[in-house]
Amino acid sequence: MLGTGILKGLAVTARNLTGSFHDPARFTTTQYPEERTVLPDNYRNFPFLVSDDEKDPMGTLRCVACQICEKECPPQCIYIEKSKDKKPDANGKMQIYPAIFDIDISVCMSCQICVEVCPFEAIKMDHEFEIATSNRFNPLLLNREQLAKPNTYFHRIRPTEAAEVDARLDAERKAAEEKAAAAAAAAAAKASQAAAAAKAPPPAAPAKVPSPATLEAQAKPAAERPDSSAGGIKTQA
Amino acid sequence: MIESPSSPLIESAGSRVRAVQDDFHGDLLEISMGPHHPSTHGVFRMIATLDGEAIVKLKPVFGYLHRNHEKLGENTTYLGSMPYTDRLDYLNSMTNNWAYALAVEKLIGQPVPERAEYVRVILAELTRLQNHTCLAGFLMQDCGCSGTPLMYAFREREKILDLFESLSGSRMMCNYQRFGGCRVDPPSEWLEAARRLTEGYGAFLDEYEALLTRNEILMARTQGVGRLGPELAVNSGITGPMLRATGVAYDIRKVDGYGIYPRFTFRVPLGAHGDTYDRYMIRILEARESISILRQALKDIPAGPIMDPKAKLRGLRPKPGEAYGRIEGPKGEIGFYLISDGSPNPYRYRIRPPSFVNLTLLEDLCLGHTVADAVVILGSIDIVLGEVDR
Repeated sequence: MLGTGILKGLAVTARNLTGSFHDPARFTTTQYPEERTVLPDNYRNFPFLVSDDEKDPMGTLRCVACQICEKECPPQCIYIEKSKDKKPDANGKMQIYPAIFDIDISVCMSCQICVEVCPFEAIKMDHEFEIATSNRFNPLLLNREQLAKPNTYFHRIRPTEAAEVDARLDAERKAAEEKAAAAAAAAAAKASQAAAAAKAPPPAAPAKVPSPATLEAQAKPAAERPDSSAGGIKTQA
Repeated sequence: MIESPSSPLIESAGSRVRAVQDDFHGDLLEISMGPHHPSTHGVFRMIATLDGEAIVKLKPVFGYLHRNHEKLGENTTYLGSMPYTDRLDYLNSMTNNWAYALAVEKLIGQPVPERAEYVRVILAELTRLQNHTCLAGFLMQDCGCSGTPLMYAFREREKILDLFESLSGSRMMCNYQRFGGCRVDPPSEWLEAARRLTEGYGAFLDEYEALLTRNEILMARTQGVGRLGPELAVNSGITGPMLRATGVAYDIRKVDGYGIYPRFTFRVPLGAHGDTYDRYMIRILEARESISILRQALKDIPAGPIMDPKAKLRGLRPKPGEAYGRIEGPKGEIGFYLISDGSPNPYRYRIRPPSFVNLTLLEDLCLGHTVADAVVILGSIDIVLGEVDR
């Protein structure tokens, strides 16, 4: 009979209309500014730079200005200038750091390739999406102070991934420490051998002096690190 | 119509249409639809010449969304082009990723682990589901049924986009596939959520079909409108649901058997008339077949690595050569043709976009129909201007 198809369709719309009053599956709208959906961990928006210490973000940036992300970024929105001097990184190794690290997020297309190619876990994707401004120039060009966010923040937005990253970095640091300790022990043994061979105290001194100093330099940031990562895991729990 | 000396013939591409020009019939009317017209699915312009109400000539104008995609591909690395492929057909970024990854994997001879192949099939079929559902919604919008079917389609699409977001980080610009696997390993909760969605989708399609398929107004608007014959379709290189609606059994999932598709049992629905209604029905039936593929893939998905451990992420320098990777996208055959000269960037990066090729027949489908029908026909071709203009 002509018209039954339309009547059947109207029954469907009626079911959806009445269902929308009591069935959440039929009324799926979220009233955005008042209500918010939970973002999945993997959600990505714009990159940020991970720093290990909240109090000194510029001093503890993980970035070593290797410029891989700058080269790989498809829309080329990253601009890096290397520093002239060096600073010790988390492993105590002297590294250059980014004197300038700018991301133009009006160009950035949130593709996450910078995160994937970074060998130092220094750049990660943020969850912040309410970044609208009325000015299209300066507020969208972020410098390294604006981009730096502490590791604890990373733990808050992506607990699983952050824990994995910390475990990996800790393992790397331990390996580096062991290697350094072994090297120091070898140096000390060599120095004592040399001292025993010479049987004269003065030549042993210059060989011995650098090894405790390097050990200390390696131990100091390493002692700071477990604290910060432990704090992060606490917030996750 | 009888030809008389006072009525000259108007030449148009592919056909000769007689336009009567006498005192009674008046002049031809040329109207421009778009580029800012809600029915044109983006920035697309049709210059239609009307004789009374019938279209006697239709000139499509596109290129308003041209972004130099192919030249960009020649100037970025192989990895750098991957996020740009999301922006081609922004409804189906997962299948675009797959086609591009397939082309590069062919070029460098990169194997893909089993689990990644399964994940790719699951994501491609989810993409097909949401594309076909959306298309039905858009088509109804073009028929003048504004709102209801489109909103129902979008409600279901949201669920699939939520899955994409929790896996890849982005709802539409997924950038998920890599050469030699996929970026993120889907956790078991994700697969469970996909299973739940697959089981619930059939019920939604039943409801959607109760709303639309037997609707008399829809049948009156679409049956016999925009008829396409199999010969013309094959000769014009039409692919995808639009070709299968004409009755030609050509599905690259069956023909090429790329990935692990030969392992799944599914049917290829075929149309009989090649009209707009058939094109709508093919989409609904394909969505049902996608559900069956999804069920099988989600049941058999093995454990294992998601990425080939030897796969290189960056610094790819393929040996000089060429490769063409194609898959059956939701809109038709999407293919990437790459020529390498041994440098980090492709020497030539060419896309075979299904929307663009399918759009070339627009005039032949529209001739003799009214302007209102032209809108419906355009809606049934299923174009995304990001892919047409590139």
